[in-house]
Amino acid sequence: MNIKSIIFGVAASVVALGAPAAAFAQNKVNLGVAIPAATHSFTAGIVWWANAAKAELEKEHKDLKVTIKTAANAGEQANQLQDLVTANKINSLVIFPFESAALTKPVAQVKNKGVYVTVVDRGLTDPSAQDAYISGDNTAFGKVPAEYIAKALNGKGNIVAMRGIATTLDNERMDAFNSVMKDYPDIKLLDAKYANWNRDDAFKVMQDYLTRFKQIDAVWAADDDMAVGVLKAIEQAKRDDIKIVFGGAGSKGMIKTLIDGKDSRIQANVSYSPKFIYEAIKLTAEARLKGEALPATTIVPSVLITKDNAKDFYFPDSPF
Amino acid sequence: MVEGRLERARSFGSWLHGVGPVVGLALLCVAGTLLNSDFASLDNAMNVLTRTAFIGIIAVGMCFVIISGGIDLSVGSMAALIAGLVILLMNTMAGWMDQPILVVAIGMAFSVVLGAAFGLAHGLLITRGRIEPFIVTLGTLGIFRAYLTYFSNGGAITLDDSLSDVYSPVYYTSLAGVPIPVWVFLLVAIAGGVILNRTAFGRYVQAIGSNEQVARYAAVDVDKIKVLTYALLGACVGIATLLYVPRLGSSSPTTGLLWELEAIAAVIVGGTALKGGAGSIAGTVVGAILLSVISNILNLTSIISVYLNAAVQGFVIITVAFLQRRK
Repeated sequence: MNIKSIIFGVAASVVALGAPAAAFAQNKVNLGVAIPAATHSFTAGIVWWANAAKAELEKEHKDLKVTIKTAANAGEQANQLQDLVTANKINSLVIFPFESAALTKPVAQVKNKGVYVTVVDRGLTDPSAQDAYISGDNTAFGKVPAEYIAKALNGKGNIVAMRGIATTLDNERMDAFNSVMKDYPDIKLLDAKYANWNRDDAFKVMQDYLTRFKQIDAVWAADDDMAVGVLKAIEQAKRDDIKIVFGGAGSKGMIKTLIDGKDSRIQANVSYSPKFIYEAIKLTAEARLKGEALPATTIVPSVLITKDNAKDFYFPDSPF
Repeated sequence: MVEGRLERARSFGSWLHGVGPVVGLALLCVAGTLLNSDFASLDNAMNVLTRTAFIGIIAVGMCFVIISGGIDLSVGSMAALIAGLVILLMNTMAGWMDQPILVVAIGMAFSVVLGAAFGLAHGLLITRGRIEPFIVTLGTLGIFRAYLTYFSNGGAITLDDSLSDVYSPVYYTSLAGVPIPVWVFLLVAIAGGVILNRTAFGRYVQAIGSNEQVARYAAVDVDKIKVLTYALLGACVGIATLLYVPRLGSSSPTTGLLWELEAIAAVIVGGTALKGGAGSIAGTVVGAILLSVISNILNLTSIISVYLNAAVQGFVIITVAFLQRRK
C-alpha cells in the first residue's frame, strides 16, 4: 500500500463518515462545460477539443470530473446551466456562450451559487457575472492578414474581401483589417460582401467579383471554409491575376495545403483555433484543483501561420 | 359595353398573371444591365443559370408536390445528406476498385435512387401514416441534417482528390457553350412540363390539388399519385445533388441550408398557388432564375448596403407576387 492510496483511503472514509468535506472541496473539482452543438466545422472543432480535454484531464487528475453539454440555441444552453448546477452539482463552469446578452443573467445566477465561472470567446454583457474570461483574438484575425497582404503586394494592388455573418465578432475583424489598410493608400479594397462562413455562398460571391473586377491581386476570404469556395470559383473562371487567397482560422485542410505547398495562392493563414476551449478547460481545471484563480482576462493570440510553423497548427484528427 | 370592358379587364388580368414573373425577370435584367454592363455578358448569364440549376431542378419536383396540395420542407437537408452519403460511398468504393469512372457513375446513380427512396418514405408516411406533410417533412428536415452532422463529426465530408478530378467535369464542363448543369436543368424542366400537362399522372396531380374528395370519387388512386409526387421530388433532389457534389467536392452541415425555402419561393413566385390545384413548370423555372438574379445583381454592385441584401430580395419577391396575384 503506497502513500497515495492511504491518503485516498483516509479521504474516502472521512467522506463516508459524513465529516465536513470542506477541506477537500477545494481540491475536488466538478467541472461543467457548456458549448454550442456541432453545427458547422468550427463548432465541431469546439466539441472535439472539449472532449479531448475531458479525456486527457480526467485521466490525469483523479479529483476531476468533467461534464460536457452541447446546445443548439441560447435557450437550451440556459436550461443546461440549471441542470449542471442542480443535477450535476458542478462547482466550476467553462462556458462558450451562444449569445452574449441572452446568457448573461443565467450565468450570473450560476456564479451566485458559488460556482467558479470561466467564459470563453463571446464575452458577457456584464463582466461581473464571470470570474475569468478567455478569448481568441479577433483584432489580430483581421490585422495579421491585412499586414501580410499589404506586404506581399508591396503596398499596391486591388483586393476583395469576404465577410462572415453580421456579428460584432465579424465587425471587429473587418475593422482591424481596414485600419491596417488605411496606411496603404495604393491598395484598393474593391468590395466586402457577406458569404456567411459558407463554401457555397463564397463560391457565388467570388464568381460575381470575378465578373465585376477584371484585376484582383488578392482575396481576403477571412475563413478557411470560404477560401475553399473562393479557390473553386477562381479555378472555374481560369483567372491568373489573383496571387494570394488568405483564409483564416487554420482548418486542417488548408494547413495541409500550406505544408505541402500545393497551391501558390495559399501562402499563409492566421490561427483562431477551436483549441482555445481545450486551453480554457485545462487552465480552469488545473487552477481550481490547486484552489487558485485565473487572471481576469486571457487572450489566446492569433498568430501568422506560414509554411515554417504550419506543423504546430496541424491536427489531422480534429474535424476542423 | 360594360361587359366587354369587364371581359377585357379580366383577360388583361389573367394575361398579367401569366407573364408576371417574366415581366419581373425582364425588369430585373434591365436594371442589372444599367447598374453593371457585365451583367449582360454571356459568362455572367451562364454563372447565374448554373447556380440556379440546383434550386431549379428541386423546384420542378416541388411544383408537383405543391400542385397536389402537399409540401416538402426537407429538401435542403435531404440534398446535404445525399451529398454526404454519396461522397462516403464513392470514397469507400475507390478503396476497393481502381476504376474511378465506374465509381463516380455508381455514386451518381446512388444519388438519384437515394433521393427517390427518401421521397417514397415521405409519401408513405403522409398517405399510409396519415400525417400532415408539413409535420413529416419538418421531422425529416431535422433528421437528415442531424445524420449528416453525425457522419461528418460536424466537419466536412470531402471527396478524394482522384475521384474529384474525374467527377468535377460534370459541373464545370460546357456542351455547345452551355454548362452541363444548365442542360440538365433544361431537360428536367421539359420533362416536368410534359409530365404535368400531357400525361394522366399530371392531370391527376392537378385534380387532387384542386379537390381531393372529387378526385377520389372519380376513381383516382389518390394515395398512389401522392406517393409518386414525393418520390419524383426526391429523385429531383437526387439529380440536383449529383450536380452539386462535383462543384466543391464536399458536404458539410451548412450544405443546402434554406434550399427548401428557395425552392418553395421559386414555385410560388412562378405563379403556382400554395394551396395547390394549378401551377406551371415554366413559371417555376422563371421564378428560380429570378431569385438567383437578385443576389447576382446585388453582388455586382455596391450601391445598396450589404446589410440590406435580404431586404431587397424580400421586396422583389413581394412585388412579383403582387404582379401575378389571382383575380
